[in-house]
Amino acid sequence: MTPSNARIDVRKTYKLYIGGAFPRSESGYSYEVLDSKGKFVANAALASRKDARDAVTAARKAFGGWSGRTAYNRAQILYRIAEVMEDRRPQFVQAVSQSEGLSAAKAGGVVDEAIDRLVWYAGWADKITQVVGNANPVAGPYFNLSTPEPTGVVAVLAPQASSLLGLVSVVAPVIVTGNTTVVVSSYDRPLPAVTFAEVLATSDVPGGVVNLLTGSAATVGPWLAAHMDVNAIDLTGVAGDTALATDLEVAAADNLKRVRRAPAAEPDWSLDQGLEPMTAFLETKTVWHPIGV
Amino acid sequence: MSSTSTILDPAFEDVTRSEASLRRFLHGLPGVDQVGAEARAAGLATRSIKTSAKEFALDLAIRMVDLTTLEGQDTPGKVRALSAKAMRPDPSDPTCPATAAVCVYPDMAGIAKQALGTSGVHVAAVATAFPSGRAALDIKLADTRDAVDAGADEIDMVIDRGAFLAGRYQHVYDEIVAVREACHRENGESAHLKVIFETGELQTYDNVRRASWLAMMAGAHFIKTSTGKVQPAATLPVTLVMLQAVRDFRETTGRMVGVKPAGGIRTAKDAIKYLVMVNEVAGEDWLDPDWFRFGASTLLNDLLMQRTKMKTGRYSGPDYFTLD
Repeated sequence: MTPSNARIDVRKTYKLYIGGAFPRSESGYSYEVLDSKGKFVANAALASRKDARDAVTAARKAFGGWSGRTAYNRAQILYRIAEVMEDRRPQFVQAVSQSEGLSAAKAGGVVDEAIDRLVWYAGWADKITQVVGNANPVAGPYFNLSTPEPTGVVAVLAPQASSLLGLVSVVAPVIVTGNTTVVVSSYDRPLPAVTFAEVLATSDVPGGVVNLLTGSAATVGPWLAAHMDVNAIDLTGVAGDTALATDLEVAAADNLKRVRRAPAAEPDWSLDQGLEPMTAFLETKTVWHPIGV
Repeated sequence: MSSTSTILDPAFEDVTRSEASLRRFLHGLPGVDQVGAEARAAGLATRSIKTSAKEFALDLAIRMVDLTTLEGQDTPGKVRALSAKAMRPDPSDPTCPATAAVCVYPDMAGIAKQALGTSGVHVAAVATAFPSGRAALDIKLADTRDAVDAGADEIDMVIDRGAFLAGRYQHVYDEIVAVREACHRENGESAHLKVIFETGELQTYDNVRRASWLAMMAGAHFIKTSTGKVQPAATLPVTLVMLQAVRDFRETTGRMVGVKPAGGIRTAKDAIKYLVMVNEVAGEDWLDPDWFRFGASTLLNDLLMQRTKMKTGRYSGPDYFTLD
C-alpha cells in the first residue's frame, strides 16, 4: 500500500459524561485503555475529584426534575435507552468482546442481556410502589399509606469485570425510581461505559440524571463517599477489596449515607438481580390522612 | 473621611461649577479600551488561588458580603433571619467571621438594626426610589432620611440614569450631593453613601468611568455597579474600570473610595476572581471590608460551603446551610 492511499487511524480519546455534556477531565489526564490481550485500544479520560464534584452538582440539579416525573414517563425513557442500545448493538458487542475478551457470540449474548435488563427495570418504574408501598391498617380513623421515594443523589462504583451488563445492572435500578447518579465505570474496561454514555445522551434522559466518570474507584470513590451532598453509595465496584470498602463505608457514615455494601466477589450478573438493587435506594414515606373530613 | 458639605475637594471646584465644566472634564477622561479591559479582566480571572491563600480569600470575602434581600415579599421575619445569618454565617463554626452588612429596603432598616444591635454588622438600606430612581428629588431625599432615621449605617442610592445618559451631569451631581447631605444625622454622624450606577444601563465602559468620577467628586464613599434588578449586573470588566477610577482618584486627591460589585456573583470562585482584581488593579489597601464589598445573597452559602470543604477536607452540600 502506498502512503497516499493508506487511511490514517482515527485515534480516540474519550471524555467524561457530566450534566448531559462530554467534558474532558478537569485534571487534563487521560489513561490508556487496553483490550483483554493487552493491546492499546484508545485513551479514556481519568476522572479527578473535581470531576466528581462537578458530577454531583449536576446530579443534584437534575434530581428535582427527574424525581418529579411520573413513573410512567421514567419507564418510557428507560425503555428508550434500551431501544437506542439495540440500534447500536454491533458497537456494544465489539466493545464488550474487546474489553472482556469474549467471543463475538458470547459478547452478543451479554449485550442482549444488558438490553433486556433495562427493559425489565423500565417495567418496574410504575409497579415498584405497589409492591413495596402499602396501605397500613392503623387503630384510628386514618388512611395510613407508605410509599417509596427516591433517596437522592446516588454514587455508584460500577463493577470492574462486567463492563456493560454489570454497569446496566447497577445503574438502571438506581435511576428508574427517580434517583440521579454519579457512576464511576470499570477502570480497566471503561469503553462500554463510554458508549453507554453516548446512548444516554441521545435517548431522552435529561442531562445530569446519569453522570459517567471513567477512572479509578480507589481515587474518586473516597471523595464521593465523603461528599455531604451525596445521599447514598453503591460499593459494588470495589468487590473483593475489603480494606477500601471499609474506608469508604467509614467516610460515608459522616452524613449517614445509605450504603449498598461491596460483595465479597462480583456477582453473576446473568442471574435475576431481584428488587434489592432498587429498594436499596428508596426511602419509605408514611402519611396519615384523616378519614371522613 | 471628610464630613464637610457640598464641595469635597477644592481640586474639583472648577470642574463641578457648571454643567459645561463637568461635561468638559468627564468627556476629557481617557476612553476605556474595551478589548483591553475585557482581556485584562479575563487574564486576572485565570489566577490560581489555593490552600492558605484560598482560606484567606474565603474569610475576607465573607467579611465583605453585604447580605442582601430586596424583594417585594420581604417580611420582618425574613429580615431577622437574614440578620442572624449575617452575624453568625456558620453557627457550627465560631471562627467564621460575620458579614459586613445586611442590605434591605428602607422600611426594613429599623428591623434589621434592632436584630443586629451592637454586633458590628452594618445596616445598609437602598434608597432614592430604588431600583429605578424615577421619582422627584424631595421624595428621594425623604426616602433617604427615613432610612437614616431608622438607623441605617449605609445608604445605597441609585443615580438618575436617564439624566446621566441625556448628558445632564450637573443634575446627577447635585442629586448625589443632596442625598449625601440627607445622610447626616443630628448627632453629627453620617451614614456612608454608596452610589449605584446600574452599569447594565450605562451602555459603555466610558460611561462607567465618567459616572465613577462624577460620583466620587460628589462625595460618594462607595461606588456600586448595580441594583441586581437589571441584567447584566456586576461583571469583571465593569468592576475593573471602577477600580481603576478609585485608584486614580486617590492619586489625584488622596481620598479613598470603596467599590461594591453587586448582582450575579454567586460562587466563591467568582468572588476570588474579584479579590484578585482588587489587589492587582486598585491595590492591597482595598482588600478590606471598609473599601470593597460584594452585594450578594446566594454567594454567602457557596463561600461557606467552600470554607467547610477547606476545614473538613470533604465536599459539603447545600443541605447544611440555611436557605435564604
